[in-house]
Amino acid sequence: MSFWARLIRCPPARRGLVMLLVMVVVAVAAPLLAPMDPWKVQPAARLLPPLSRSAVDGADASGPGATTLHLLGTDSVGRDVLSRLIYGSRVSLTVGFAAMVLSALFGSLIGVVSGYFGGIVESLTGWLVDVQLSFPFLLLAIFLLGALGGGTLAVILILALATWVNYARIVRAQVLSIKNQGYVEAAHATGASVGRVLFVHILPNTLAPICVVASFSMAQAILTEAGLSFLGVGLDPSTPSWGTMLNDGRDYLLTAWWISTMPGIAIGFTVLGVMLFGEGLRELLDPRGMR
Amino acid sequence: MLSFTLGKLIRALTVLLGVSFLTFIIGHSSGDPVRLIARGDATEEQRAQLRHSLGLDRPVLEQYRLYVGNALHGNLGVSYRQHVDVSRLIALRLPNSLELAGAAFVLAMGVGFVLGILCVIYRDSVLDNVIAGLSVLAQVVPGFWLGLVLVLLFAVHWRVFPVSGSGGLTHLILPAVTLALPTLGRMTRLVRGGMLEVLQSDYIRTARAKGLSERQVLLGHAAKNALLPLVTQAGLELGDLVGSAFIIETVFAWPGLGRMAVNAVQQRDFLVVQGCVLVIAAGFVLINLAVDLLYAVIDPRVRAQT
Repeated sequence: MSFWARLIRCPPARRGLVMLLVMVVVAVAAPLLAPMDPWKVQPAARLLPPLSRSAVDGADASGPGATTLHLLGTDSVGRDVLSRLIYGSRVSLTVGFAAMVLSALFGSLIGVVSGYFGGIVESLTGWLVDVQLSFPFLLLAIFLLGALGGGTLAVILILALATWVNYARIVRAQVLSIKNQGYVEAAHATGASVGRVLFVHILPNTLAPICVVASFSMAQAILTEAGLSFLGVGLDPSTPSWGTMLNDGRDYLLTAWWISTMPGIAIGFTVLGVMLFGEGLRELLDPRGMR
Repeated sequence: MLSFTLGKLIRALTVLLGVSFLTFIIGHSSGDPVRLIARGDATEEQRAQLRHSLGLDRPVLEQYRLYVGNALHGNLGVSYRQHVDVSRLIALRLPNSLELAGAAFVLAMGVGFVLGILCVIYRDSVLDNVIAGLSVLAQVVPGFWLGLVLVLLFAVHWRVFPVSGSGGLTHLILPAVTLALPTLGRMTRLVRGGMLEVLQSDYIRTARAKGLSERQVLLGHAAKNALLPLVTQAGLELGDLVGSAFIIETVFAWPGLGRMAVNAVQQRDFLVVQGCVLVIAAGFVLINLAVDLLYAVIDPRVRAQT
């Protein structure tokens, strides 16, 4: 049975995959799905509770007295919460995915090099890992964003910086157990260069654990992005992201609970999907497995 | 054991040096503090004088050397905004942070252990599944959002606990629970997984065969070996708790280091941020050192390796 077939048969992985696919479809089809313009401010329709209607203004109204339905209500400046939520999925998924790919590349590279060469390279990278782990990461992120400026790219880079250590550790451990195996020796014997041995023969065999770490670190990245935006140092406040929406709704918790609650649920749903998927992967790949 | 301890100690010191250097460089590249301190109508000459008196006209490496030298004597500089010693500001806030992180840590470890053991005793029952589900949920919900919801329910709606601030035990409960939940979820799963793995080993079968009660087998024999790897995890989690406390402190207006640091970043008061990072990082390094040494004490195999 192929790997994918086994993955689909694994209940947590299947559930996670379905949840992720739903989010990806929502993110890709955002312009089609969103009932309204997520940036459109309607002062007359501020803080409307879910399921309420507002009068349509402007030239595109379908007639006098036409109304639109706000399924999840509106926020403090009258923007449609559902539309912002749908567009927000783009930001969260993009930032989480980009950060995950970047840190996987960097961390795996460090891990392969330190595991293969050992010696001084290993001591140096080990020290780097220790330094990174000793930083209070969130504070470092706030510090960096505050000192050097924010923006989407900066947030992605910083999230990548947060998680590369996980890859470096696991890849290093894998490489240590692989590098003395027969086929690696055979590759050396046939005259393959060190780079070829590293990237063609060793790295592909560490892919499985990398995927497991990747799913958990993507979950972590989505949560952290929301946290940073919540603190007001992450993405630009006008960006419709789940973190900024949570932050927007903070002051209206008593009068308009839906503004913060909806993005909170969206974050929980997505992170749960990613984590279930990772859990399923781990069960499949680790024969000792059910931890 | 002596060379082991010494090696770990040297490692911890070099890590601390690296952390302090990076922190210093970030703070240094964040802009000219003279622009913050000097009044708008200050002449170029006055600015230069100020720069000189702050030592900012010296080479970067020498500034760093001075900073570290002073830090070793407990002097982390003077806040540009509040004109108070950074070390005094930190000393004021640190106990609050430790209180919150400590409470969350004890809560997460204690309850996590109990729940994990319960899962093992009632394996594959409804209880096991419910606990497993909740422990996953605790890890995926963003803590700050959960904090807001808890405030809404317990402080505003039912008025059981105060909304924010610090004071007695009642102030501590909501933020501590919020902070502890993700760690609690992870610990529960780890205890459960570790115990189930150990329970399959031969010596457990022997223990059962010689007629020990299930309680003795679980708590006396299995728990000891199952919990060993968790010591490392517990150290990491403690660091994680201090690290994620920033957001929770902001939500609950808890007067800890995290909130001070976040405010200082917003005011561009970077010496304060630098000080906070350094103090917390030093704490991390100490925790890790303690974990490593503790590990060697409980598990003789670790000592033998070095």
